[in-house]
Amino acid sequence: MEVAYLIETIIKVVVVLTIFSALAGIGTYFERKILAFMQRRLGPMNVGPYGLLQVAADGIKLFTKEDIIPTNVVTNVFKIAPVITASTAFMAAAAIPFLPSFDIFGYTVNPIIADINVGILYILGIMGVGLYGPLLGGMASANKFSLLSAARGAAVFISYEVVTGLSILAPIMMVGSLSLIDFNNYQIENGWIVFNLYGVGFVAFILFWIAAFAETGRTPFHLIANDHEIIDGFGTEYSGMRWGLFFIGEYANMFFISFVIPLLFLGGYGDGSLLGALALLGKVAFFFFFFLWTRAAWPDVRPDQLMWLCWKVLMPIAVVNILIAAIIMI
Amino acid sequence: MEAFNDRNVSNGYYKLDIEDYPTTAWGKFKRVVRRTFRGELFVGLWVVMREMIKFDVHTVQYPLEKMPIGPRYRAVHEMKRLWESEAERCIGCGLCEKICISNCIQMDTKIDENSRKEVSEYTINLGRCIFCGYCAEVCPELAITHGGEYENGSEQREHYIDYAGMLTPLEMMTQGKQQEFEGFGAITPHEDAGVKKTPLSY
Repeated sequence: MEVAYLIETIIKVVVVLTIFSALAGIGTYFERKILAFMQRRLGPMNVGPYGLLQVAADGIKLFTKEDIIPTNVVTNVFKIAPVITASTAFMAAAAIPFLPSFDIFGYTVNPIIADINVGILYILGIMGVGLYGPLLGGMASANKFSLLSAARGAAVFISYEVVTGLSILAPIMMVGSLSLIDFNNYQIENGWIVFNLYGVGFVAFILFWIAAFAETGRTPFHLIANDHEIIDGFGTEYSGMRWGLFFIGEYANMFFISFVIPLLFLGGYGDGSLLGALALLGKVAFFFFFFLWTRAAWPDVRPDQLMWLCWKVLMPIAVVNILIAAIIMI
Repeated sequence: MEAFNDRNVSNGYYKLDIEDYPTTAWGKFKRVVRRTFRGELFVGLWVVMREMIKFDVHTVQYPLEKMPIGPRYRAVHEMKRLWESEAERCIGCGLCEKICISNCIQMDTKIDENSRKEVSEYTINLGRCIFCGYCAEVCPELAITHGGEYENGSEQREHYIDYAGMLTPLEMMTQGKQQEFEGFGAITPHEDAGVKKTPLSY
């Protein structure tokens, strides 16, 4: 393996880690501000201009707080659980092309850490592993609310994975590859997958989008850490930076899934021009904003309602969708 | 101020027309389909988006801006002066000390050189005071009243306020800025019309 390739990869990893860790922090700022505006409040205003330094204040607080390991917890599992959430969120980013390739000082940079041929499968798999964080953390916490949250985590887990897996089968059948770069190139020639194949792509897009809410645990399916029902769920016993790692993992996941949805269905970064790159960032911004938007507008569903929705409604639609796609493509 | 005092809820109540729960499987299915395609979720999205665009923020940034409080609000006590002579209104009758249900008023009186009763000591223990307003109601001279100063945090929970601190400052009297209390025990409007001559001819 070339040294240059190794150095390039390490630099890319560091850049992705720093940018998305910082974005996770700024994401909390955006969430507070947008939720506040939608509820006719102002949100954070006191720390820095328009509360911009609230992120820094939160960071200092999280880093300097005492790291409490309560009695009766399963210590090792309790300690490792937040690391699972945060690290798997960032590991999933390895196969996501964040921007089209560009030249810098005559050196071509591909802003994807590893263009592996099982791209989307890898991303969904690793993101699925991320749910072990809440599951293990909740079960190890020796707290009934955490345990409830872990049980809900398992319920969410077995519900949405079916829908994500089946819904992207139809696009995969169209593209014939699992790499997100191949997805992008396919959409340059054949148009966005949402509009492809007489609505099949659109149905797959909606299903995947719904499942993305369950995957990131955002509001309509905010069951795992439902503050108004089970305190903070798996996070109840956590303090300081361990709790912060859960948070960073959740927000990084939101950003990454916001990248994956446009790359899969909405044309990605297009032909690789600057305009295409900006369009991708715009789409990402929209999907991230939509996560916050629904949190302001929509109620939460119960765990049994989520399972009902995923197994009895979305999964049959996904299966029928695949069948229709197959019939059309034959 | 009128809107502030109006605590009546609107008369626009109406009963929601809620249909019965479906019992058959076909009825449940129809309800699911109807709810799915009614688009209520998008109504919710539109409502919050509309509020965000209108940007009609209702936050009061408290230490910087304050809400107006009502004239009958019962906050930290004030001692009033007479308008004409600028002398203290308190005659040291001790009714407030007597009626105070949390025993937080303590006063001491003496006879001054004009052989009039005068207040020598007067303190209110704000750590005990429950701001019931009885003292202001019972006061025959409208001397002790409640003011609008509600920010009374201090290092000591039982922090005493003394008589000099409660008295209206003299420069406020010269500017004519002393505010009369409108709560319990205050003079009601049109009080003058109700005044009758003392019947002396028994």
